[in-house]
Amino acid sequence: MTGSCHQVDSEVADASATPISPEKAFHRIALVGAPNCGKTALFNALTGKRQKVANYPGVTVERKFGRFKTQSGNVFSLIDLPGTYSLRARSPDEEVTRDVVLGRFAGEKRPDFLLCVADSTNLRLSLRLVLELKHVGLPMMLVLNMADIAAKRGFVIDVAAMERLLGIPVTTAVAVRGGGVCALADRLDRLAVEDLPRGEIVWQPPSSADLRGLLRETDAVIRAAVRHPQTRDALTAKLDAVLLHPVFGLMALFAVMFVMFQAVFVGAAPAMDAIDSGFTALGDLAKAHLPTGLLQSFIVDGVIAGVGSVVIFLPQILILFLCILLLEDFGYMARAAFLMDRIMGGAGLHGRAFIPLLSSFACAIPGIMAARVIDQRRDRLTTILVAPLMTCSARIPVYTLIISAFIPNRYLWGWASLQGLVMFGLYAAGIASALAVSFAAKKLFWREAPIPPFMLELPDYKVPQAKSVALGLATRAGSFLTRAGTTIFAIMVLIWFLASFPAPPPGASGPAIDYSYAAAIGRFIEPVLQPIGFNWQIAMALVPGMAAREVAVAALGTVYSISGGGDVSSGVASVLAGKWSLATALAFLAWYVFAPQCASTLAVIRRETGSTRMMLVAFFYMLALAYAASFLVYHVTVMLASG
Amino acid sequence: MRGDFSAAAKVSTPLGRAALGYSGHVVAIDPGVGHGLSADEMERRLIELGFVEGSNVEILHEGLIGRDPIAVRVNGSTVALRRREAMAILVK
Repeated sequence: MTGSCHQVDSEVADASATPISPEKAFHRIALVGAPNCGKTALFNALTGKRQKVANYPGVTVERKFGRFKTQSGNVFSLIDLPGTYSLRARSPDEEVTRDVVLGRFAGEKRPDFLLCVADSTNLRLSLRLVLELKHVGLPMMLVLNMADIAAKRGFVIDVAAMERLLGIPVTTAVAVRGGGVCALADRLDRLAVEDLPRGEIVWQPPSSADLRGLLRETDAVIRAAVRHPQTRDALTAKLDAVLLHPVFGLMALFAVMFVMFQAVFVGAAPAMDAIDSGFTALGDLAKAHLPTGLLQSFIVDGVIAGVGSVVIFLPQILILFLCILLLEDFGYMARAAFLMDRIMGGAGLHGRAFIPLLSSFACAIPGIMAARVIDQRRDRLTTILVAPLMTCSARIPVYTLIISAFIPNRYLWGWASLQGLVMFGLYAAGIASALAVSFAAKKLFWREAPIPPFMLELPDYKVPQAKSVALGLATRAGSFLTRAGTTIFAIMVLIWFLASFPAPPPGASGPAIDYSYAAAIGRFIEPVLQPIGFNWQIAMALVPGMAAREVAVAALGTVYSISGGGDVSSGVASVLAGKWSLATALAFLAWYVFAPQCASTLAVIRRETGSTRMMLVAFFYMLALAYAASFLVYHVTVMLASG
Repeated sequence: MRGDFSAAAKVSTPLGRAALGYSGHVVAIDPGVGHGLSADEMERRLIELGFVEGSNVEILHEGLIGRDPIAVRVNGSTVALRRREAMAILVK
């Protein structure tokens, strides 16, 4: 794709073996540019698959790093800095860009060279940034990306004039197809042997007068060096006529969401079943080959079941992120935010919170991860805090069990299933509480803080590139499996330990779990849960339920000594119907609407916010809501039943 | 800017009040109150998105509720913003 002019460096870690003379050389290049300029495509074209994505220490900003080797043997390291319109940083991502460029960032060496990227069809905001970057004292070069689209649309750019006016080297590229990448690498080779002046940092946060001056200067450069048609991209104009239409646009958005949901639920089902049966088979295999006892229990119930319960979410996460990446690269995400901003704004949520919250209906984990698209910290935190209130798919088994056991299978008005209505009510309660919590957060915590403005660029639509989507997907899958996987797995092992130790005394009659620490914890917390109508069996089931909500169903089965095999949940349902009061059952449902009943979600909140405090805030506010709601439901039901 | 503004105000309107399809150019950036940011910060953000005196603007799209937010074409890029923020952009 990129020809043989440069090669992606995989083995060459030792940059000293290159012909650049060390005192003049630059090795570290940083890519800088406005959002949507195709910077990442250029990064991919230069570094190929040999790139590393990690987080900067202390912040949840992705650090994308790679190396490449040019034909003359120079090795350059390349770092892809977060896109920004200005060095006057406003989000954590933009702060990283500013601090790295200025050499203030503790976790990153200052680059030797800036490679600025601009979208040739939308030069104005990019060039203004270039003029600002000239104040940071680093040698730099401008890449006019998407040169093919610009040419097709009738832009004529005088590159020589632009070099003269900007005072820096300028080259053109079509990064998505690797075009111009050879010329770019050659240019870097030639620049690397020159003695490039490295100036003083004279950058100061620009005032509005400075910004005006820079933008006017930009306009002068464009007038002198670019002939361009004052027309919009025809395809974008046509699509937006429908997709941003006040009525049809919303309908299209809901249609897109519907398809996405179907894909996540229906599309992931076969893969999830396959993973489930795979892990079950693996468990059976381990059971058959290991002697009964502690080791077997640890391997089967702890390790295999624990890992399986994490990995099973992978198909949903992949499909969801595939949809999100495609929509993002296509340019639709900014449109979705535009359409939803006013609708969500009433509850104090940003338009961009729409996608993460919607994703949380499948599972809060990808939902919370998707909140990365929100650049304002305040809006992002609110979104992450309320995402777990959306009814995720793991609650469905629990809801179904309790509803089938306690809600009569009747039809109201001859057509509305009572059971269906309760299910719908539980979903509605989740949505309403998420909106209420974000509204309350707005009034309580952010009252002093200004309402962040909604200002974002609507980029032209672009055909998503398979390669960049695949890379993005692989990165996300990897980060989910490794980082969340390790935390979640550790918690699974802990829960297995609590449910398995100490072993029942010889000759014990009850189920083994009755003698475990989990049961002790259940009995210990029972007094606290009594006011909301829970008995110690429920309290105990909540312990393994922390691993995954639906595990509580199996745990209740174990507690009530229902023999395994066959359909466990229907057996549980009939037993529960005999043992629990209606008030207890409804209180249990209310608990499940709110409770922070999923260790994985809490782990992801911690990871994504980089803050243990935020995780604790989420945990305790949901716990408080769950307790209050169950208390209310329990006592109102008891009152109505006796009155 | 203030001097320009009082003269310009007689013939200009805030972009936030302009109808769908409006086309004109920016005569002044006057970030008053009514949005969450300081006037200076608001002014700088608008300039960073390309709104400066003389820029050509056109309202391309608007939302359903309260005809808000709006999508504005400004010198070759398209920017979405709320009408409340667009009140700071005086156009003619």
